[in-house]
Amino acid sequence: MTAGARVGSALGRAAVGLLVPVALVALWWWTSRDSDSYLFPPLGEILESLRDDWFGDRLGSDVAPSLRRFGIGFGLAAVLGVAAGTVIGLTPWLRRATQPVVELVRSIPAPLLFPIALVLFGIGDGSKVALIVLGAVWPVLLNTVDGVRGVDPQVLDVARSFRLPARTRLGRVVLPAAGPMIAAGLRIGLSVALLLTVVSEMRGGTNGLGFRIRADQRSFDTASAYAGVLVIGMVGLAVNLLFVAVERRVMRWHRGARGLLEPDRRPGSDRRPGQAPRPEPTAPEAAP
Amino acid sequence: MTRLVVDRLRKTYGTGPAAVTALDEVSLEVRDGELLCVVGPSGCGKTTLLRCVAGLLPPTAGATHLDGEVVVAPPPAMALVFQDYSRSLLPWMTVHANVALPLRAHRVPRAERDRRAAEALAAVGLADQGRRHPWQLSAGMQQRVAIARALAYRPDVLLLDEPFASVDAQTRAELQDLLLEVWERHRLTVLFVTHDIDEAVYLGDRVAVLSRSPSRVKEVVEVDLPRPRDQLTTHARPEFALLRNRIFASIRSEAGSRP
Repeated sequence: MTAGARVGSALGRAAVGLLVPVALVALWWWTSRDSDSYLFPPLGEILESLRDDWFGDRLGSDVAPSLRRFGIGFGLAAVLGVAAGTVIGLTPWLRRATQPVVELVRSIPAPLLFPIALVLFGIGDGSKVALIVLGAVWPVLLNTVDGVRGVDPQVLDVARSFRLPARTRLGRVVLPAAGPMIAAGLRIGLSVALLLTVVSEMRGGTNGLGFRIRADQRSFDTASAYAGVLVIGMVGLAVNLLFVAVERRVMRWHRGARGLLEPDRRPGSDRRPGQAPRPEPTAPEAAP
Repeated sequence: MTRLVVDRLRKTYGTGPAAVTALDEVSLEVRDGELLCVVGPSGCGKTTLLRCVAGLLPPTAGATHLDGEVVVAPPPAMALVFQDYSRSLLPWMTVHANVALPLRAHRVPRAERDRRAAEALAAVGLADQGRRHPWQLSAGMQQRVAIARALAYRPDVLLLDEPFASVDAQTRAELQDLLLEVWERHRLTVLFVTHDIDEAVYLGDRVAVLSRSPSRVKEVVEVDLPRPRDQLTTHARPEFALLRNRIFASIRSEAGSRP
């Protein structure tokens, strides 16, 4: 395949992917254009609010604080989840000891814990970040535990037979081997964190995406509320695309080892005979 | 001089009525600089034996002595080449990093690590493959990387667990000659486990035949074929055929006595 043809078919695939969204937007535009119901404002008004309000003052006053809470919350959840998951995964007695508690706490829908977070961390960002961490940490933690436990015993034998020091064993063998599972957990945690960012802002506070949408709704500014929902969608899409881009880079070896890289990026190698593709890591069910 | 002594090694998995004895009482002596092959019927506990000798698996009774010391954990002078190269090389590292990794155990400084890894890769004919990843290489090349990794570690004793079982015949012959070459050049003491009788006779100074599980050493056959060995002329010798047949008969009588 020539480079030109490859670019052409990539554009073709992108065009097919855009077809449905464009059709939906057109339908929305056309059916809502003369609407005078405050529940279904014309799409034109929504886009005006998007441009004037959300991409105006609210970018700094509401979108930025939301992104900050989301970033801090997800970052803490990732660090805590991987750290605790690694320790628990490597320590059988600790796993047995913590499993019932973990199962109980993660079964509680995180939004219900918001009042407790409010009492513990006040009405500022603290309680919101705490809620995000409390919800997003579980998929990361559980996937890390499974990933660390699931490291091929043969690989551990290699590490032992060459007497690798504990730090090297953890950093160069165990964590990379668990990497694909951890990444799958992080990706679930990402969605949960975004959800809880908005939910926590709707429950209280003075700014943020959730707060502003709720305020617009209460003042019957439905077009602006819809525009806010669109912003949330865009933010979600952007962070997911960013995450996938980073993951594809860091986990390139994983696709390569499973024979999933495009042939032109795996110079001179055939699929090894008799080797079954490794199973795709699966995440335990999403938390709340 | 005897380098490695396997003294009445016994391994039982589980306890009570469900217990399975893999090794009954295995005794072996590997002399300094010797290449000893171990063959046996399939499922006779060859891998269990090697894992016990390597210090990866505690035996139920008996012991392995390396230079007079009991092996309780993997000794620094010993390196292992596993059967399944696709699971023993680390796919997230380049070939070079895979080979250099064990040198961290000996706290070898970065520059020397790189030099020794490059030397070891050159010794197995992969000097220019260091920057690729294991999964970009063919099966035979991957097993060469595993051998290079063991060589860079500079062991005195090399243990190999059916290392060439999952490559094609042509590649196997090449790897056998590569092993003989590095064994002679580095004056290694080698314990080579295989199920391939031809391979054992071709490579070994002696061949130990295991009985079926629970295994014991049935006999140790002296291989008096001249060195250097050669894939064409060595295989064509009448003594080769005699040794091969003798060991084959010994193993078949084991397989036949299955209840």
